[in-house]
Amino acid sequence: MAEYRLKTPLREEDVRKLNIGDIVYLDGIIYTGRDEVHIHALELAKEGKNPPVDFKNMVLFHCGPLMKKYGEEWKVIAAGPTTSSRMNGLEPEFIERFGVRAIIGKGGMSGPTVEAMQKHGAVYLAMTGGAAALAADSFKKVHGVEWIEFGMPEAIWILEAENLGPLVVGIDAHGNSIYENVDEAVARNRKRAESVLGL
Amino acid sequence: MIDKETVENRVFELLKKASTGVPPDVRKALENAHSRESEVVPKMQMKAILKNVEVAETNSLPLCQDTGVHIFFVKGNLKLIDSFSEFEESIRNGLKRATEEVPLRPNAVHPITRKNSGDNTGVRMPYINYIPTDDPWLEITAFPKGAGSENMSFMSMLTPSQGLKGIKKFVLDCVIRSGGKPCTPTVIGVGIGGTSDIAMHIAKEALLRPIGDRHPEKDMAELEEELLRAMNETGIGPMGLGGKTTVLDVHVEYAYCHTASLPVAVNTQCWTGRRARARIYENGKIENMEG
Repeated sequence: MAEYRLKTPLREEDVRKLNIGDIVYLDGIIYTGRDEVHIHALELAKEGKNPPVDFKNMVLFHCGPLMKKYGEEWKVIAAGPTTSSRMNGLEPEFIERFGVRAIIGKGGMSGPTVEAMQKHGAVYLAMTGGAAALAADSFKKVHGVEWIEFGMPEAIWILEAENLGPLVVGIDAHGNSIYENVDEAVARNRKRAESVLGL
Repeated sequence: MIDKETVENRVFELLKKASTGVPPDVRKALENAHSRESEVVPKMQMKAILKNVEVAETNSLPLCQDTGVHIFFVKGNLKLIDSFSEFEESIRNGLKRATEEVPLRPNAVHPITRKNSGDNTGVRMPYINYIPTDDPWLEITAFPKGAGSENMSFMSMLTPSQGLKGIKKFVLDCVIRSGGKPCTPTVIGVGIGGTSDIAMHIAKEALLRPIGDRHPEKDMAELEEELLRAMNETGIGPMGLGGKTTVLDVHVEYAYCHTASLPVAVNTQCWTGRRARARIYENGKIENMEG
């Protein structure tokens, strides 16, 4: 497995070279976005309007950070990943419409997202869930916030990362998913678990 | 009587403690999990978790951005509470202050409009459970619960004929279905018997027990150990990326149930195992409890 340090915006070739199990560290601007951002950005797109930031070639972070305002300046207090599977239903369309190149999250995403990532050239980067104090240390600057009216966790936070990682390539742009591999292994291991339980 | 300031200050301190560090039993379990993992990816996850705990404790800042919804358990001599409305007001004030100062993420929203109250309070939030006993103290437990793990809650009304095997199969199904979503390695609380709500309630109460603690009844203690071994055979591993450690422990609680019922519930706690408790005595003395 290889290790990469990448800077946003990402080019398609940057993400096409990645394989599941590779380790990535990121620099540059990253946008947070979870349930409400997906819902509202896609609603706007249907009306022919654009969301307040351009996701093209950028990194979407499934994260509702804990932020604090000191004077006029926001600071990241804790910013770990949220459970990505909640966005399963909307992510394929989000990738297609907005051209996002990488998604950072936890827990993995389902088949249609794996296919969308292969088709449009995007990857899923797994961050350690709950490791939010560690991640906060990598966000050096907050460039702004959009859609704060949805509440702190659901807004789009524009964060500048420095050496954010280690992130594990969980889904690559070639149709491979660590999560699908683990699911297959778990299905095989289930017999062992059942035998411990006398089932 | 216990005065308002004592309650408010203690609630603030408990929330800060629960959010910015892990109890000693959890730390030990996480260290053991790190030693146990041998493959690169799961070992890296456990290393990041341990490093994160260190950073959070050093900076006195939250471990995780999801600082939870706020559940409290108030146990002991409830006669020490002069006015329940004032007591609950003190808990709310302690929570609002912690939200501002620790800080905690404002997570409480109206379930339909999704409007965020901004201070973690709202209708029935914080949720306060009372457990009256004859002890000389009043024990307050802060139990902030993150959504990643809480969303992995399950309950089923099994038929009595499904029996113990049915219970074991249900728990295994729940853990496999959850995968890495609840931030594995997790602690699994299993509630058996009672009614549907009792099963869910005791499954959550089971999560208050420290890691390694065994049920006082031998059969239940054996069931806990068997479930623990079995869940770690699944290979889900830390963060669902594969590995040897899927759960840190399994705690079982039970209640007698109707002869025609067999309720079973699973409640999951993420690796942070957030909880903090303190006992307040009538003379105002405070005893901070470990874990």
